[in-house]
Amino acid sequence: MRRASLFSRLGERLIEAVIVLCGLSAIFFVAAIFLFVFLSGADFMLHRLDWGEFLTSAEWYPTSVSNKRYGTLALIAGSASVTGLAMLVAVPFGLGTAVFISEFTEGRVREVLKVVVELLAAIPSVVWGFIGLVIMNPLIIDLLGAPIGLNVLNGGIILGLMSVPIVVSIGEDALKAVPDSYREASLALGATRWQSVYKVLFPAARSGLLAAVLLGVGRAIGETMAVLMATGHAVQIPTSPLDSVRTLTATIAAELGETARGSDHYQALFAIGVQLFAITFVVNLTADLLVRGVRRR
Amino acid sequence: MSSGRFRASAHTLAAERRQRVAKGVLAVATALLVLPLLGILGLLVVNGWPALTWEFLFTDPAAGMTAGGIYPAIVGTLWLIGVSLMISAPIGVMAAIYLSEYAGDNWLTRGIHLAIVNLAGVPSIVHALFGVGAFVLFLDLGTSVLSASLTLAVMTLPVIIASTREALASVPLAFRHACWALGASRWQTIRHIVLPNSISGILTGVILQVSRAAGETAPIMFTGAAFYLPFLPASVRDQCMALSMHLFTLSTQVPNVPPAFPYATALVLLAIVVAFNLFSIILRSYLRAHRKW
Repeated sequence: MRRASLFSRLGERLIEAVIVLCGLSAIFFVAAIFLFVFLSGADFMLHRLDWGEFLTSAEWYPTSVSNKRYGTLALIAGSASVTGLAMLVAVPFGLGTAVFISEFTEGRVREVLKVVVELLAAIPSVVWGFIGLVIMNPLIIDLLGAPIGLNVLNGGIILGLMSVPIVVSIGEDALKAVPDSYREASLALGATRWQSVYKVLFPAARSGLLAAVLLGVGRAIGETMAVLMATGHAVQIPTSPLDSVRTLTATIAAELGETARGSDHYQALFAIGVQLFAITFVVNLTADLLVRGVRRR
Repeated sequence: MSSGRFRASAHTLAAERRQRVAKGVLAVATALLVLPLLGILGLLVVNGWPALTWEFLFTDPAAGMTAGGIYPAIVGTLWLIGVSLMISAPIGVMAAIYLSEYAGDNWLTRGIHLAIVNLAGVPSIVHALFGVGAFVLFLDLGTSVLSASLTLAVMTLPVIIASTREALASVPLAFRHACWALGASRWQTIRHIVLPNSISGILTGVILQVSRAAGETAPIMFTGAAFYLPFLPASVRDQCMALSMHLFTLSTQVPNVPPAFPYATALVLLAIVVAFNLFSIILRSYLRAHRKW
């Protein structure tokens, strides 16, 4: 009897130890991601990479025979322009839909709309890229007379649609977090629902809505396959939405397979990985702090 | 509305008119999101359906991928889903048990929470770099089903943790109190009360992970998915093809592919992803409607 309970006690301790280990796994993996990505390019990053050139030069010529240059400014501009355009799509549509679902619908309609948004989020990025390639590309050429339809506009619209679901779901959470007493007080004063939305709910949910936008930005910056297929592979600083660009993510995806392991070019791609990790880390951290601020209140 | 003192003032009428306009604009914005979803589904079905035959589904690609089918890609995707699930499901569920049942409100818990948020936010291509550095090279697993699945597992871990936490949190605290009051230990309570009462909720999260893993391309590109393999993987140490990767290959890398091929491939991929998603959504709403407490 006593022996059995001793065994079960031991077994329990063992299971609980495993549970604690798994609980810590997320921290372990985030640390491991940073370490492995950093260490894989550390030799080049610490000894041969000119960080000033890396961050401020637009000349990305990693395969040049005579003069290899590793400037990522054009790639940063590519990511920024596509992400910026994506937000022009995702913010109005995302927040508009969040307000509509949360404040102007109920019951079955609300459930159906939420499912639609979830399914929109489920479409794989490579399918989005394919859409950009075979549908948006000819459409842009036909409608706007652009010489090539794989450009900032194409990638921006695709990425915008991809970012909408996250903006909707986080934005809706933020609106839901505003106590009903706010709505009731506003309506009791004679305001319409719409007046309540922009006079009361928007200010009250401000930080949560900002977090929704930030998470959309994070999603857009990090997206790879869709921009790889839809933005046209031109390393340049765009001057119009109809210019082709290449993003930070697409550069890694396009070039990693063609570099020799351990070469400077290979390590430079890991340096871009570190850059991306840092950018999304800051964006997500800020969004999380904003969301947490909402919860606490 | 007619005469009398309850007639709305011009000010109120204007406010209501503005509300109608605002509501209309918001409804249109929402409808414009439904449109691409239906449009994409429709286009893929219309253009892909002619090529979608049993032969397409169950034969190998042939003649430089300009003929034949996508059988190895379907099998490869199933391998990746299965293996990544076997890795991420136990870790994710136990991590959620820790956070929901053991962790106190302290700096460590906040750190874990922060790590999960960031893990979910790391770009997929950075996960790919991690997979190359950690699994392919450091653990020397090579480009294989195992490396790709491990990369996918790490990437989809936050999905399982978040949904499992939600499922565990939906079990009322009173259940646990009652169990503790009978002298049960923490683990006994979890094992016999909390898990049985949340298992279907946990399942919805696991299904959602499957759907995410099936659609990812970037993380498997350099860790285990091959452009073209004439044979099926025999073990987790082999490479494999994958539907997502195959769609990328067909639409960007190979010349003279029959135009319907990438559409049909996208359709199959989307069907798998959407089927898992819908199943998860339906299961969740069924559970909400039939909750016993």
